[in-house]
Amino acid sequence: MLNIKDLHATVDGKEILKGLSLTVNAGEVHAIMGPNGSGKSTLAHVLAGREGYSVTAGSVSFDGKDLLTLEPEARACEGVFLGFQYPVEIPGVSNLTLLKAAINARRKYRGGTEIEAGDFLAWIRDRAKIVKIDPKMLSRGVNEGFSGGEKKRNEILQMLILEPRLMILDETDSGLDIDALKVVSDGINTLRSPERATVLVTHYQRLLDYVQPDFVHVLARGRIVKSGGPELARELEEKGYGWLEAA
Amino acid sequence: MAANLSDVRQLVRNQKYSAGFITDIEAEKVPPGLSEDVIRLISAKKLEPEWLLEFRLKAYRRWLTMTEPKWAHVQFPPIDYQSISYYSQPKSHLDGPKSLDEVDPKLLETYKKLGIPLKEQEMLAGVQNVAVDVVFDSVSVATTFKKKLAEAGVIFCPLSEAVRERPDLVQKYLGSVVPFADNFYAALNTAVFTEGSFVYIPKGVRCPMELSTYFRINERNTGQFERTLIIAEEGAYVSYLEGCTAPQRDENQLHAAVVELVALDDAQIKYSTVQNWYPGDEEGRGGIYNFVTKRGDCRGARSKISWTQVETGSAITWKYPSCILRGDDSVGEFYSVALTNHRQQADTGTKMIHVGKNTKSTIVSKGISAGRGQQSYRGLVRVLEGADNARNYTQCDSLLIGDQCGAHTFPYTEVRNPSARLEHEATTSKIAEDQLYYCRARGISEEEAVSMIVNGFCKEVFKELPMEFAVEAQKLLQVSLEGAVG
Repeated sequence: MLNIKDLHATVDGKEILKGLSLTVNAGEVHAIMGPNGSGKSTLAHVLAGREGYSVTAGSVSFDGKDLLTLEPEARACEGVFLGFQYPVEIPGVSNLTLLKAAINARRKYRGGTEIEAGDFLAWIRDRAKIVKIDPKMLSRGVNEGFSGGEKKRNEILQMLILEPRLMILDETDSGLDIDALKVVSDGINTLRSPERATVLVTHYQRLLDYVQPDFVHVLARGRIVKSGGPELARELEEKGYGWLEAA
Repeated sequence: MAANLSDVRQLVRNQKYSAGFITDIEAEKVPPGLSEDVIRLISAKKLEPEWLLEFRLKAYRRWLTMTEPKWAHVQFPPIDYQSISYYSQPKSHLDGPKSLDEVDPKLLETYKKLGIPLKEQEMLAGVQNVAVDVVFDSVSVATTFKKKLAEAGVIFCPLSEAVRERPDLVQKYLGSVVPFADNFYAALNTAVFTEGSFVYIPKGVRCPMELSTYFRINERNTGQFERTLIIAEEGAYVSYLEGCTAPQRDENQLHAAVVELVALDDAQIKYSTVQNWYPGDEEGRGGIYNFVTKRGDCRGARSKISWTQVETGSAITWKYPSCILRGDDSVGEFYSVALTNHRQQADTGTKMIHVGKNTKSTIVSKGISAGRGQQSYRGLVRVLEGADNARNYTQCDSLLIGDQCGAHTFPYTEVRNPSARLEHEATTSKIAEDQLYYCRARGISEEEAVSMIVNGFCKEVFKELPMEFAVEAQKLLQVSLEGAVG
């Protein structure tokens, strides 16, 4: 599904990714771990297409398409979803407005018609239950006045509503208490299926207790330095990253 | 009972001149320049009574002693008032383009985006002869509307017609809200106005439909010096819509209109404007100067005047729709969205003058600046000595798009009664790059994201607009902002 080959990327002229390669197949969950500044978030934003993140070499294909030539909105419509580490507040634009626009953008991209108001609301209510968000909150501005945990749950809600095929979650677990972590994990697991793939960017083993990864990769100094199964995450928890960084 | 805008559209498309609405303009044109003789000529051509001529001359003599106001935060080269022709046949047929092929393609593109039908596009663009070559529809929507209004006792006609038919009302109220020497542009308007609307709602009557300038389509070239007078007698209600969401081609660069509203006891006037005159090109060439004086007088107790405006056009806007809250318990409201893109400049706001007791005013101003647009909110809240328990709430928000535009706020308050309560809130925000990225990462294009954020910003004002107008206004902002980002 996702094929990253020898990816080099710079931010503000500084090279952050230095030859990263990764293959993610449908049905798989990959965890990407690594110390601060190793390039985890950069990878997430390069995949989503953030401006200012320039790819200097390498390739990324998604379902055989060259992802890097697509605008961020086209990537989203193709089925790539990025859950933000720091979800943005948009005062004055309600969550419902944003969600409806996002759903309709996808439908339009695929040549479909706009969603019926009744279907839309029923779908939102159904999904909001999974992440325990009061639908009333969705009439408020996007993430406006939401607590840190609410913002993260809102990211998962958007994901549940949009049903992407590739879910990239950038430190969605950071700053969550244990209850919120469970809710977020439930949301991720709800979408887990043989047709979808997940890339979890995380610092900690904690999330992986709830969302079992198939593969764990360690990112250091802009490339993947070690890959393994779930046991690698536990090993990292015990030993830290030092032994890999030195290698 | 609001007149459906699409009906009105239909009317505009099907039929251009309906007998009752034609003004008696003759095919002559006065040479450029302004003098007492020119004013006498205008007055004579319109067969005006002596008092009106005297009123004009008085204004003209005073105007000669006045200077243009310089306090507004706008810049433009000096205007040569002697180069303007103050009385002319609507220029359409003689000077207009012969077909849409001759019209600026950018203008046509905008019409398409706004979904305006072809015939209407031609009318708006001032294409020659369109007005007369359209088949006359025998079942006239206009006649139906006019009949309904007449049954209710509502008068809605050109001001010049009202001068002839109801001189008593015109003489009583004209200049009673905006005095002839109120300001430089109002004095000029008083001296030379030739077109405009007159509305009279009798006692206790709720006007059975929203009155729209769409009805008065014979004035396809908006008057350069328009004069509007609306009177709501005791307990009357009227909602008046002015303007059009489509950018109108116009030969006149200077527009100096005067609008006067009078609300007697328990009367309500709701005045909504969508102004989208030609703003000039991206470098600021061309474009209309819109220097207008709009004022409402809440003359009666418990009366209410509400201004709602969406201003996206004109190169320069100088406009402060105001309320004089003279009657006890009267209410004044001002809801405004103003957008400046490219090189547009706008200095706009309101004045709320609290005279009566327990008077209330609300000001909600939303300014959007993009490109190299410059925008100022200028608002005055004045509470006079006798205005016990006056209340004002002012909210003025600015939204910046890009980093070459500007937003400025000039609030003035003068309070001479200690029981007054004034609240003021102001915010300035910017559409941030990360907000756009967030929307795009959800599949929403940048342009749609901008329009979504702008509409969210303007929500409080749009909800004050009549329904169909609100939808059009949203679309208009979207079109006006195209290319503002990126």
